[in-house]
Amino acid sequence: MKLTIPEQELMEKGHMACLGCGGSLAMRYLLKALGKDTMMAIPACCWAVIPGVFPYSCLEIPLQYVAFEATGAAISGMEAALKAKGKKDGVTVVGWAGDGGTVDIGIQALSGAVERGHDVKYVCYDNEAYMNTGIQRSSATPKGAWTTTTPVGNTRFWKQTNKKNIVEIMAAHDIPYACTASVAYPEDLIKKAKKMKDIKGPCYMHIYAPCPTGWKYPPEKTIELSRLATESCIFPLYEVTYGKYKINKDIKDEKKKPIIDYLRSQGRFRKLDEETIRSLQKHVDDEWIKLKKKVECFGEE
Amino acid sequence: MPDDHEINYNSYKELPPSPIATGSSLVFKTGGWRTMRPIIDLEKCKKCGICWKYCPDVSIIIVEDLPKVDLDYCKGCGICANECPFDAIVMVEEESI
Amino acid sequence: MKKVLSGNSAAAYGSMLVRAEVISAYPITPQTKIVEKIADLIANGEFKTEFVKVESEHSAMAAAVSASLVGARTFTATSAQGLLLMHEILHWASASRTPIVMVNINRGLAPPWSVWADQTDSIAQRDTGWMQFYCESCQEVLDTMIQLYKVAEDKDVLLPAMLSEDAFLLSHTSEIVDIPDQEKVDDFLGTFDPEYKLDVNRPMSFGSLSMPHQYYYEFRYKIAEAMENAKNKIIEVERDFEKVFGRSYGGFLDLYRCDGADIVLVAAGSMSSTIRIAVDEMRDKGHKVGLARLRVFRPFPVEEFKKLAKDVKIIGVLDRSFCFGYEGAFFTEIKSALYNMDDRPLVKGYVVGIGGRDVTLDVIFEIIDDCMKTTDTKEESFKWIGLKG
Repeated sequence: MKLTIPEQELMEKGHMACLGCGGSLAMRYLLKALGKDTMMAIPACCWAVIPGVFPYSCLEIPLQYVAFEATGAAISGMEAALKAKGKKDGVTVVGWAGDGGTVDIGIQALSGAVERGHDVKYVCYDNEAYMNTGIQRSSATPKGAWTTTTPVGNTRFWKQTNKKNIVEIMAAHDIPYACTASVAYPEDLIKKAKKMKDIKGPCYMHIYAPCPTGWKYPPEKTIELSRLATESCIFPLYEVTYGKYKINKDIKDEKKKPIIDYLRSQGRFRKLDEETIRSLQKHVDDEWIKLKKKVECFGEE
Repeated sequence: MPDDHEINYNSYKELPPSPIATGSSLVFKTGGWRTMRPIIDLEKCKKCGICWKYCPDVSIIIVEDLPKVDLDYCKGCGICANECPFDAIVMVEEESI
Repeated sequence: MKKVLSGNSAAAYGSMLVRAEVISAYPITPQTKIVEKIADLIANGEFKTEFVKVESEHSAMAAAVSASLVGARTFTATSAQGLLLMHEILHWASASRTPIVMVNINRGLAPPWSVWADQTDSIAQRDTGWMQFYCESCQEVLDTMIQLYKVAEDKDVLLPAMLSEDAFLLSHTSEIVDIPDQEKVDDFLGTFDPEYKLDVNRPMSFGSLSMPHQYYYEFRYKIAEAMENAKNKIIEVERDFEKVFGRSYGGFLDLYRCDGADIVLVAAGSMSSTIRIAVDEMRDKGHKVGLARLRVFRPFPVEEFKKLAKDVKIIGVLDRSFCFGYEGAFFTEIKSALYNMDDRPLVKGYVVGIGGRDVTLDVIFEIIDDCMKTTDTKEESFKWIGLKG
């Protein structure tokens, strides 16, 4: 059989993720890329539960569960201690957090860690809401989405503001490497993870990781939906290496899919009206143009 | 390689100082969650590895160069059937088996 | 080697003497001289350590916990608001059983803004599972830091420890401090090598979820048990310390002229020095007054207080903090410790020195006078001394 990604599994079977969980695929791919010499911090998020209750774990790497807002600080401490002990060489220190733990409560510690220049890799698996606590909105929730704290009622509708662009915030920290990745494109994800591993210094990866439970779609559609998100430019695959922008999966204008298919396939967008859908399409188009301009101006030669 | 043996602590004295997990999640046979079962038609299979690649539960295993579902752990999400380019996998209700 | 050091500098030298491998800290008045001194020692090549200049105290403690779990000897320092910001991770540190040592400069909490001495900040961390020590002199700060690592890193203890100094009164007071020989400290402490640590060659998950019917309850009991174990260890370490370095501080309770005393005042921190002078004056006048300086608040010295209480008529407790809705914490806990004694002394409580209000000799004499005037031994008494009424 011809395998396009590494065969080694460091995420074991028997984990507690929901059916079709994008976040568990993201972990599986990341560890395939980074290998066993990886040390990880995980804050409160689905992944605080997925590995299983004490005394069991599905992850075959050393791991510390940390406080919700503390991931950036925890990996800073791990890296400093490994350096102090002369054990840092060859070991990849990773912070692995959900979108809430990254873009909301954890953003300060993350910002501090990358500004200090620790040799750490921070990976956010983005399922666009607080899924472990039961689908509450985060600042990574897209405009138009239903969540339990942005319910659709008679006087108040879906989330009214756009998703926070954490990848650009990270790139603005002038770190060696920031990128997006998607569970639909594991080869690309693994290539980027290996690149991060080889770079000395802070790197950031943002993984699109759909959640059937929270987004209200059938679990078998996780990959299909992820692919659609990239093909309609809602979630472009790109990277910023030492300030140089590169789109990893170019979408030609004629191949670019309208976002309506993406929206209609998920219960969380079920009640959106035509006008809102038009405004969301415009936002996606504008952001895509903006990204292509960045590649034009600050692309790799 | 980790194994699926259970760890039981009968007294607090046997516990590590803090909740430090040393056992493997293989003890959790998540196949019990399943309501739909993937059935692979090996006649149609072209050995592309896509089902193995996209399984979030690491439950497509490769045996003698062919994909096989590990029913002890497969939760029946159906991603493999949805992604198979050759329609070689169908989802069947557990109760009908 | 003798040097003139402030309480802050003593803490910085202490971190160097114990060879702290990782220091993560955030500046806050009046702790800043600790981090500045450490930065100087590193810049001058005297001190080799990983100093993580974090972006908040919350991160200072979170980084310290992770560093300690990797197996590094770890130090941090903070004060007041910073300590409060750490609160969540203080619990994390003790439940992860990481023997971090932290110096806290006792300072008032805002509002109103205050940077002056007040112990409410550390008292508010009473239930976090940290050992708590209160120091009176710069020498004691340095020596206690060495002792604390020895106690905290013991395999039967494995708990973090907090050393408190009163803002400015100790943090910025300079005294001649004897800095022990590095070799002696190395021999005394040994290296930190925990049995369980984050290690790629032995992958384990630290801090897993546990259900109500599983082991959460037992893990909490183990922290309680470790606190009990710490009681013997604190005494043992101080005895050993005295043998090597020739100094000791009385263990849990530093008793000053308590022999045959009718009245004993209990206090923690810098005001103890003032009380010593008051005790001397009272003794000169023939009054049987003594001081029991509370050096360790957690684990709480129940047996030591019971022993003290046997021969004393009145215990006057001075709290430089207040638990709103009840009393000062020392006062409450000392009464609680003595409650089941058959013949217990009267315990009287006094709030003093809040927000850095000077605790003068006059204040102490007023308290002693109040104790001496007490005739009804069943009278409960609790007062804010010097309140502008």
